[in-house]
Amino acid sequence: MSNRMTNIVVPVLAVILGLIVGAIIMAISGYNPVVGYQALWEGILGDSYNIGESVRTITPYLLAGLAVAFAFRTGLFNIGVEGQLIVGWFAAVWIGVVFDLPMIVHLPLALLAAAIAGAIWAFVPGVLKAYLGVNEVVVTIMMNYVALHVTNALIKNMSDGSDSTERIHESASLKSSFFEQITDISRMHNGIFIALLAVFVIWFILQKTTLGYELKAVGFNRHASEYAGMNVKKNIVVSMVISGALAGLAGAMEGLGTFGYVAVKSGFTGIGFDGIAVSVLGANSPLGVVFGATLFGSLKYGAGNMPSAAGIPEELVSVIIAIIIFFVASGYIFKLLLEKFSKKKEVK
Amino acid sequence: MKKRTWFLMTLLLSLGLVLAACGGGDDEGSKSGDNGDGDSEDKFSVAMVTDVGGVDDKSFNQSAWEGIQEFGKDNGLEKGDGGYDYLQSKSDADYTTNINKLIRRGFDLIFGIGYLFEKPMGEIADQRPDSQFAIVDGVVDKPNVASILFKDHEGAFLAGVVAGLFTETNKIGFVGGMEIPVIERFESGFRAGVQSVNPDAEVQINYTGAFDKAELGKAAANQMYSSGVDIIFHAAGATGNGVFNEAKEIKQKDPDANVWVIGVDRDQYDEGAVTVDGKEYNVTLTSSLKLVSVGVKDVSERTMNGNFPGGETIEYGLKEGGVGIADSRGVLSEDILAAVDEWTDKIVNGEVVVPQTYDELEAFSAE
Repeated sequence: MSNRMTNIVVPVLAVILGLIVGAIIMAISGYNPVVGYQALWEGILGDSYNIGESVRTITPYLLAGLAVAFAFRTGLFNIGVEGQLIVGWFAAVWIGVVFDLPMIVHLPLALLAAAIAGAIWAFVPGVLKAYLGVNEVVVTIMMNYVALHVTNALIKNMSDGSDSTERIHESASLKSSFFEQITDISRMHNGIFIALLAVFVIWFILQKTTLGYELKAVGFNRHASEYAGMNVKKNIVVSMVISGALAGLAGAMEGLGTFGYVAVKSGFTGIGFDGIAVSVLGANSPLGVVFGATLFGSLKYGAGNMPSAAGIPEELVSVIIAIIIFFVASGYIFKLLLEKFSKKKEVK
Repeated sequence: MKKRTWFLMTLLLSLGLVLAACGGGDDEGSKSGDNGDGDSEDKFSVAMVTDVGGVDDKSFNQSAWEGIQEFGKDNGLEKGDGGYDYLQSKSDADYTTNINKLIRRGFDLIFGIGYLFEKPMGEIADQRPDSQFAIVDGVVDKPNVASILFKDHEGAFLAGVVAGLFTETNKIGFVGGMEIPVIERFESGFRAGVQSVNPDAEVQINYTGAFDKAELGKAAANQMYSSGVDIIFHAAGATGNGVFNEAKEIKQKDPDANVWVIGVDRDQYDEGAVTVDGKEYNVTLTSSLKLVSVGVKDVSERTMNGNFPGGETIEYGLKEGGVGIADSRGVLSEDILAAVDEWTDKIVNGEVVVPQTYDELEAFSAE
């Protein structure tokens, strides 16, 4: 089977397998899997409101997944997408609240601020990794906590001790009255265009530019790249910075689109961590991320309908969704095993 | 390199799975309820959205749900569409979707429980001007939203009266969660209560900075009890569980130890139970109650009878039965209970106005 084929077939089979196991679990627990999956389906695509909210859920997953996938191509594990997303969220809202500018300047400025904030947050572990060899996994995880608590403090500071900032000015908002109209006032917003544009840009960078070629080369073999005259250290930093900028934009989707403000958080949003799963589901490729984010986002949002419409307890719903994702992820392991196995044979 | 890739890939996968599982709990909205086939046009139907605490949080979400259940029973409603129901939020992204889901299921009145609903509800109230909403513990100034507030400080004042009269060491503790206006209200009311009946008593204040860190509550309680404090009032949510734990540990070592806790929001008697050598003790002196159920039920009834208090802010205090203190199960003497009744009357009459802020507390002390 060609590489491209396995990349497509394996996840699809894995999803089907996951659905079957989920159905068995529902049946064993005494619930009707057909009714359950029907509720799930309707929760995702049942009516215009649900479609809008599904897209709304998918939007930040696209960018968070891209962020993880991009860094991974250079052999880096950006576990700090969560923290970069949080600082991006805050930066976007800060620009949105404090300034009052015409939309043509304000919205791009807010998006840019989010991207820069995320980039700075990723720059630190990038530099530490490139020049001092500090493991980026550890640094990024720790930076997540710093991001969470620093933004919480800043939010309080900015809003005179209250728990959430004011609403952003309309001129910085991604809200779309057109989408609201056609989706019965769901929170679907224009951010989906930005996310899809980002998918295209990242695909372009990776496939069509020298920079992308170098980044991938560093990911494949750092020493060979260095020998070939590439600046490995620079490439590592650049990769982290672009990854962080994408994560920051994911935060802007929440700040400028879904919520329109930022509130003190008692814990992580989970979007950044889910981004790792999205990236893995998508085999770390930009187009794969679209698949991963769509699957992840719609399952997450649609599952909310299962307790309501099918009477399945929420705990069981969490189990079923986790199993579907588990199978998709392990499908990838099987694929790797297969590849390794067949390569060994070839050598012999 | 291949080995490294393999190892890293596995690492990434497992991390991804673990982290995805951790984060996973947050978003999967979790709606509950049977899909009843009630006819929403005949009967009045009511529903609520919890914040992330859920209906079994042993605190105000639970109390609100109890109020709705009571209302449903009184009026012969069934759980599900056209009757009464709740949806649970797993993250703040769920507030808006949950409210919208309930609107679409045709509920006549929808409650948002907690001040976190202020922004989402304000927005939806504009988008759906024909729906009726109510918010607990927050204020949304919209014609189709009723705001329900509680005079926590009056309940805290009575707790202060109890503590001031009951203390033997004249040292009393207050453990707060975060330094926010709500907790300032508790502290001011409590200190005013202590002062009113026992001006000599010293109140030690400790803010732990969190509502979910039991270990900080435990450390604060340890410090207070070892400095001679015998009663601690906590307004710290789950952090307060640490206060209970510390008191129970002391009791376990020495059953005769004179350590007490005053609970908050609901009757925390069960939290204080401890068994030493087969004998049962309880460290809960009483609890300052905030009866969210009373407010929720009252607003539901008013709305059902066509008097939806939209655009109004309704405050439930001692007078309305919205706050109070819990049964002490015989620990408090008749004298103390009589004093509590006396102060309750004074507050209900308006003779005493309980302070809500530090400034008001200062003015109160000066009198």
